[in-house]
Amino acid sequence: MKAPVAIARTFATEAPAKKTKTFQIYRWNPDQPAEKPKLQSYEVDMNNCGPMVLDAREGICGSCAMNIGGSNTLACICKIEVDNKPTKIYPLPHTYVIKDLVPDLTEFYAQYKSIEPFLKQKTPEPERENLQTIEDRKKLDGLYECILCACCSTSCPSYWWNSDQYLGPAVLMQAYRWMIDSRDQFGPERRQALQNPFSLYRCHTIMNCAKTCPKGLNPGLAIAQIKKEMALE
Amino acid sequence: MSTAPVRRSGLQRDILNLYRECFRAAKLKPEANRPHFHAFIRMQFRKHSDVKQRDFSTIEYLLRTGKRQLKVYSAPSIEDVTV
Repeated sequence: MKAPVAIARTFATEAPAKKTKTFQIYRWNPDQPAEKPKLQSYEVDMNNCGPMVLDAREGICGSCAMNIGGSNTLACICKIEVDNKPTKIYPLPHTYVIKDLVPDLTEFYAQYKSIEPFLKQKTPEPERENLQTIEDRKKLDGLYECILCACCSTSCPSYWWNSDQYLGPAVLMQAYRWMIDSRDQFGPERRQALQNPFSLYRCHTIMNCAKTCPKGLNPGLAIAQIKKEMALE
Repeated sequence: MSTAPVRRSGLQRDILNLYRECFRAAKLKPEANRPHFHAFIRMQFRKHSDVKQRDFSTIEYLLRTGKRQLKVYSAPSIEDVTV
């Protein structure tokens, strides 16, 4: 029997020119709190690494949200720009840092909890599944895909200045997701909870949220819909 | 004769308040284990006694972590600590 032909041989004849790129990464160690945070440079051989900043390429868990080259995104779906300029990587802006690129999202999760992100009904529980028409299900498209990576909230200047009271785009979009769910019966109550100067109305349609969202969603639009419904009530 | 009260900065007051709150939280723990909590609190504060007085960002960071730690250790389910 003939041995399989080594196709890869043609590629191996010429060693590719070594291409390196510099990554400057924010470093801070909580064990030495008196030491100031610094940018540490790393040389990476571009011939010997994957195409993304972080080689997972899923974009589904939201754990690798960080500020790469000046904008918030997920490292796993952010393509490395092939040029000679160094890429700077910081943690999500205006967050307390736990370590290096890890931000403290405790407050963010507490806000998410505060909007009661689950189905609430006044009628007694149905015996079987809660059915929904295809049209009603379609209303959730563009909302349910959110993975709560906090890229949008931490890119919003309004959220930077009032993160203690303003809920921020990510959480408000989820609030809207439950308001328009045909199976949820607490829409008016959910809206009533936002009826104050801060929770919702700190959104000034800056739209950084929609610009930065790594999943291509539009929290600004969802917030506008809530505002509209609240104005009509 | 009474001495003039010590003037403290807001940050210093915050730290002292946190220290007091920690001991108050320790009061709610089972009596036999309270000395453990007291030793633990003192150890946590002394660990950073070398931080420079003017190093505000570090002090603020430690204050934040301290508050978070207090919240965690205040849970009634935590009944003892080992130092």
